[in-house]
Amino acid sequence: MGCLESLNYEVVLQGASFKECRDYVRTRCSEYYDVDPGFRIFEKAVIGVPPVSIGLDGDTITFPYTKPCYGTFLVRVQEPDEADRIRRTAPGRKK
Amino acid sequence: MIRENVAGGKQAVLVLGCPQVPVQTSIALYLAAHLRKKGVVPVIAGNRAARLNAEVSDPDRHYTGTFIDLDRFIEDLADGKSRFNYYFTFIHNDAGISYAATVHSLTGATVVGLIYGEHFQEVADAIDFPCEKIAAHAVHNPMPLKKKIDEVLPWVVSNL
Repeated sequence: MGCLESLNYEVVLQGASFKECRDYVRTRCSEYYDVDPGFRIFEKAVIGVPPVSIGLDGDTITFPYTKPCYGTFLVRVQEPDEADRIRRTAPGRKK
Repeated sequence: MIRENVAGGKQAVLVLGCPQVPVQTSIALYLAAHLRKKGVVPVIAGNRAARLNAEVSDPDRHYTGTFIDLDRFIEDLADGKSRFNYYFTFIHNDAGISYAATVHSLTGATVVGLIYGEHFQEVADAIDFPCEKIAAHAVHNPMPLKKKIDEVLPWVVSNL
């Protein structure tokens, strides 16, 4: 996700496993959606082991971000338009 | 571009992970060489450091061919712009599992996971999606993984 640097993001988990990220989103976020890898967040395909859980708390999105050398980060970004788009396009709300 | 149609032959993509484990580059070149002998054109996808390790090791491109940025590779798969006949993914950590799962999910193809590193068994056991696993304890010495490739590559090329 090359555009992550252009966003005002907060790192929630660093060097986490995909499972730890999924568990965090499912237990800590007020709502979450399970998506397949390739689902677009900020126009970039998400990397992960399906199901990839994306969390929403109001306008704040919590999602995994994976790089080969640094593992998976769970990051949080406040962006109303993207949160709304995820609510409209993600396949199914789980919570 | 649908890559499997390029030059009319079969193409394999070698999805490299972080080059922090020394055997990755030598195994990638070895695998690329053997794929070429079997008439399969290798394409290497990786981040900048992983690509440069392979490019510098093979300056005249005897074994490698096209290189693709890893992010571009994933985007092209997600957009349906690119498909290959074979997907070899280098896995030595959790991120490698995530990339392999993503390739499988986007293509529906069976991914061949080359699993190595100190914790290769733990990593292999964590893979629960369809994946042909070629796993060995290989960190500095590539021979254990090379032997496994020699054993299974003919089957992989014939059956996947």
